[in-house]
Amino acid sequence: MRFFLTRLLRAAVTLAVIVTFAFFVLRLSGDPAITILGTEADAAALEAFRTAWGLDRPLWVQYATYVQALLQGDFGQSMRLDQGAMHLVAERALATFTLTVPALAITLAVGVPAGVFAALHRGSAVDRTVMIAAVVGFTVPSFIMALVLILVFAVELRLLPSTGSGTWQHAILPVVTLALGGTAAIARFTRSAMVEVLGQPYIPAASAKGLIWPIVVRRHALPNAAIPVVTVVGFMIGSLAAGTVIVESIFSWPGAGRLLIDSVANRDYAVVQTILLLVGLMMVLANLTVDLLYGWLDPRIRTERAS
Amino acid sequence: MTAPAPRPAEPDPPVGRPSEGERPPIMIRIALAWIGAMVLVAFVAGFLAPYPHTALHLADRLSPPLPFEGANPAFPLGTDELGRDVLSRLMVAIRSSLLIAFAATLISAAIGVTLGFLSAHFRGWVEAVVMVLVDAQAAVPFLILAIAVIAFAGNSVTVFALLLGLHGWERIARITRGMALSAQEQGYAAAVADLGAKPTRIYIRHILPNILSTVIVAMTLNFPEIILAESGLSFLGLGVQPPDASLGNLVGLGRDYIQAAPWLILWPAAIIVTTTLSVSLVGDWLRDRFDSTL
Repeated sequence: MRFFLTRLLRAAVTLAVIVTFAFFVLRLSGDPAITILGTEADAAALEAFRTAWGLDRPLWVQYATYVQALLQGDFGQSMRLDQGAMHLVAERALATFTLTVPALAITLAVGVPAGVFAALHRGSAVDRTVMIAAVVGFTVPSFIMALVLILVFAVELRLLPSTGSGTWQHAILPVVTLALGGTAAIARFTRSAMVEVLGQPYIPAASAKGLIWPIVVRRHALPNAAIPVVTVVGFMIGSLAAGTVIVESIFSWPGAGRLLIDSVANRDYAVVQTILLLVGLMMVLANLTVDLLYGWLDPRIRTERAS
Repeated sequence: MTAPAPRPAEPDPPVGRPSEGERPPIMIRIALAWIGAMVLVAFVAGFLAPYPHTALHLADRLSPPLPFEGANPAFPLGTDELGRDVLSRLMVAIRSSLLIAFAATLISAAIGVTLGFLSAHFRGWVEAVVMVLVDAQAAVPFLILAIAVIAFAGNSVTVFALLLGLHGWERIARITRGMALSAQEQGYAAAVADLGAKPTRIYIRHILPNILSTVIVAMTLNFPEIILAESGLSFLGLGVQPPDASLGNLVGLGRDYIQAAPWLILWPAAIIVTTTLSVSLVGDWLRDRFDSTL
């Protein structure tokens, strides 16, 4: 319990740092009055805009007001679209999740079995494919992967639409782009975790007491290999979030990633801050979940924490 | 939040594990040769490039690369939509991408080592603050953080490089702190301290050389990620701005011509992939060779 509370406190401090950092950097880097109204706007209009949004007040007053509102669940208004920032982000996040959730599902459904199989059949064709795919997955950035997929499936074969949204066909290329890199990483990681576990003395011990091989793998090898793999999945939430920004931009997908780019360009403070806060929150929650899973997967960690 | 992803040891030898005193495996030698070639191109791009990278040849717009129908031998790798020579632009792009990534890697290492040493030396609240910063950096994916603050960079390549220097410092800070703490336990640091050496001298002259190989390996693993971050941001139009060229912005600019002139994205894309692949192979090899704890 104490362990959990410390983690929770650290998570809260982390989020506070992110919010503060975003607040000050954004305000020091440009004037939204000019970016939104344009450089041609007359001085009175600019002044009125700044007064309306409280931008004429001292920075620390703005910060105090912002934090106070935030603690009451008020994420502020978008300056550009005259909507609640949270409402706007939530709407777009839904579009993002329609890409990331299937991508993560594919990543796990393909990557983990491929890694396990490769580890159990070392040196086989599958094993070599997994290793090569893992290297390719790491070194080919998502924007190149996306363009190659567009070139092959949209331009040459004309099988799928290249950009846009609306039908399920539009989601295929973005989801595949997002899933490829992650699948390769998970497969490689699962493979090395499995290889390591299979080399432990308790594996021959389990075989020696007469268990058949599938049971040894399922009951003795897999749970132990799961621990490092779970950690990587936690990290992948972050790279998936970063990946969507690029993928949404390439495929003109109306998600939160494109909203982030547009809002930064317009210095739409409330929206950028809300997105950063939510991404941070997601990562923090993912890491907390990973920590809790450790305890569930590995009784040794549980007792260590209790003492 | 959590410790860096544990890398499970690889008990089976990957492509030729190095043993002491042996020549590096063939893949590593190819990778090193490629990196050497890229560095060479970066240095001589100014002299070697057949044309200035912004020179327009409007009569030769979108000319395909050499073996293809309609290619102009004056432009062996083809031209872009304004008739600019792709070969010259690639050379300049390699120079700026490598230079930015190299500068950013050094900055990130400098930040990481400094903060790691400070937190190991002062402990207490300094360590707490550094660890909170490490947590915060690790909690926001770098690309998203960079996009949020990139407005600062404007059109300045220097500020852009500084921003990329924030990539990966948290891992180096963690490693440095851990190793500095264990160095303090060892005799040599205490011995020079007893001889009257000041803390800065102990850290820079005595502890740093002892942990340098690990830091260099960490930098080699950070470098390809920085190249990818740079090219990703430039691709989105948020990094190196036209008419300047970087590998990422060449891909970004070529994207509108993907159907008519796929060579505009294929050349820079191939260079990005080959270079990151080479550096990561070398990084993994160095790690296996010098430090399997990373």
